[in-house]
Amino acid sequence: MATLLAPEDFSPGEDAMALNKAFEGWGTDEKNIIWILGHRNADQRKQIRLAYQEIYLEDLIKKLKYELSGDLERAVCHWILDPVEREAVLAYESIIRNYRPDYRVILETALMKSAEELLTVKRTYQFLYKRSLEEDVASHTSGDMRKFLVAVVSVYRYEGEEIEEEVAHSEANILGDEIQGGGGCGGGGALNGAEEIIRILSTRSRPQLLATFNYYKRIHGTSITKSLDGDPADEFSAALRAAIQCIKNPKRYLQKVVHNSINRLGTEEDALSRVIVTRAEKDLKEMKDVYLKKNGRSLEDAVASETTGDYKAFLLTLLGNQDYF
Amino acid sequence: MAERKKTTILVRRGKKLNKEGEKIMTSPEECEALRKAFSGPHGVEEKSMLEILVKCNPADLTTFRKKSPDIFSDDECCFEKWDSSHMKFLENKFLRFHRAVIQRMMHPWERDALLVRKSLEEKPPLYNLLIELACTRTSDEFLGARKAFQCLYSESVEEFVAVRVEGFQRRLLVALVSTYRYEGMRIDEAAIKLECQKLGRAIKTDKKNEIEKDDEVLRILTTRSKHFLKTIHKCYKESYDSNLEEDLDDIQILRDTVNCLCAPPIYFSKILDTVMSVDPTKQDIEALTRVIVTRTDVDMKDIAEEFNRKYGAPLIERIKAATLGNYRDFLVALVKRGMAN
Repeated sequence: MATLLAPEDFSPGEDAMALNKAFEGWGTDEKNIIWILGHRNADQRKQIRLAYQEIYLEDLIKKLKYELSGDLERAVCHWILDPVEREAVLAYESIIRNYRPDYRVILETALMKSAEELLTVKRTYQFLYKRSLEEDVASHTSGDMRKFLVAVVSVYRYEGEEIEEEVAHSEANILGDEIQGGGGCGGGGALNGAEEIIRILSTRSRPQLLATFNYYKRIHGTSITKSLDGDPADEFSAALRAAIQCIKNPKRYLQKVVHNSINRLGTEEDALSRVIVTRAEKDLKEMKDVYLKKNGRSLEDAVASETTGDYKAFLLTLLGNQDYF
Repeated sequence: MAERKKTTILVRRGKKLNKEGEKIMTSPEECEALRKAFSGPHGVEEKSMLEILVKCNPADLTTFRKKSPDIFSDDECCFEKWDSSHMKFLENKFLRFHRAVIQRMMHPWERDALLVRKSLEEKPPLYNLLIELACTRTSDEFLGARKAFQCLYSESVEEFVAVRVEGFQRRLLVALVSTYRYEGMRIDEAAIKLECQKLGRAIKTDKKNEIEKDDEVLRILTTRSKHFLKTIHKCYKESYDSNLEEDLDDIQILRDTVNCLCAPPIYFSKILDTVMSVDPTKQDIEALTRVIVTRTDVDMKDIAEEFNRKYGAPLIERIKAATLGNYRDFLVALVKRGMAN
């Protein structure tokens, strides 16, 4: 369920004018911007953008980029986008902006949606950047990471519920051979080639993969993610683990991303914003419940203690919290 | 006077009468025409078979059978038994038109999904067919085929291909069937130059099995847009004075990939030439129908021009010479339709 609180009645024109007022003068009235935009759903935000363009002949996003800064600016400018456009923009930024693509963003883009949704994101990406997502992921990665990420981003996964038990059993064995062949179970040994892992993870349907992971645990006595645990510097293994967690339990995976982003030395705001902004209209409520269960404190408390100022206010607004005004 | 008329008529028709007064098919031309009506691999001459078989009587047919020991043999039985493999062969020839009609009428997604399935279920597998399907269709057309495949077979094309192929071929083919290429015309000139050099270096310096392991060659061919690749093809020719696909000639699947992506008319006209030559293999035979039916609304004009240029004969004339009956008429009409578009 969504955590966003948006009124049913609203006037895009009035909102556009209120936002313009917030930009006027020397400073920027961030609080008002957060109050308005933090309480509008995707459709409403779209209408506000159109109204602002009509009235002031300016792109609202450009204006926000100019008037805001830092973490708040990035979060608000992502928030205001239409959800599909946002996914494409996040994917692009994760590939192009950093010296090395953030594989987590690419995996989240690819694995947390249906085949049709991923296709829509890829079409939007092509429209915006005049290149395919596959091209950009491929040309900015290398080796096994490239093979894996490109495969995961390209596949048009079968979405039926059927499971072939024999195949699940045999592929659980294949995965075991590949993972443990290199250096022992959970011993952090390098993977003994990764062709079959990549094939299985990037082509099989989700129900089929869940059955395979179950067989893996039964056969090898440990979960597949534990088997892949090892050297934290081994990014490829980390990507495989992330993908498997994403497939097994997306909400738990996301709460872990949030938890890690807060608990690392210095908060990783990009990851924190990304999860809250992309899930606020989807299932952030359930994620909050998982977070509370796993960490013993509410996500709002965690965000409140680890972030500051207007950025904090914005995140808390999206989390459905009304108290910080 | 009536008697003379009767004789004249009989003489003109060249009919002799046997003892029972029945007409017999003694004309060697008619015997030959019947044989010709089902010789050659591409179709049957339905009209001529119909006329002859209606005209002739049981004795004529016995004569025909006795005169065709390659088809009918009475070694083991007391009658001229039809050789069963020839019967199967003939059945397939009758089916050429039937199959062409089905392919033409079927939804292109279903048609391509069936062809994808067939490409890897045949022994030996037809990698070039899979490459043709993945590379000569637009991104959305092939996506449709992938959806149809899931609907028909309850699994994705990616799964299907990945499980049946190994090694380098797997990496290439799975990537080709998965990718959703950008279909626009925007390209990055700097990237073109850079990637043209990468290809050049890989091809000119590496040995064959090293090219296969070259991640960059694979990346460029399996993710870049078609316009991008056509531009690289031009750039490669200018830089190295040779054609990219010719330099990849040792690795057939890479050569086919480049041809299908950069110049489908060249790829298709070659298939047509092979299939209409003397004694094509079974797989080639199906290609004639497939190429004409699937390209009539796409680039038949370009294929016909290329065919004429490369092989010195108009495509329609070659088809007329190599095919029979309704099958021939159907293919010729489709080519004409394509050329008029």
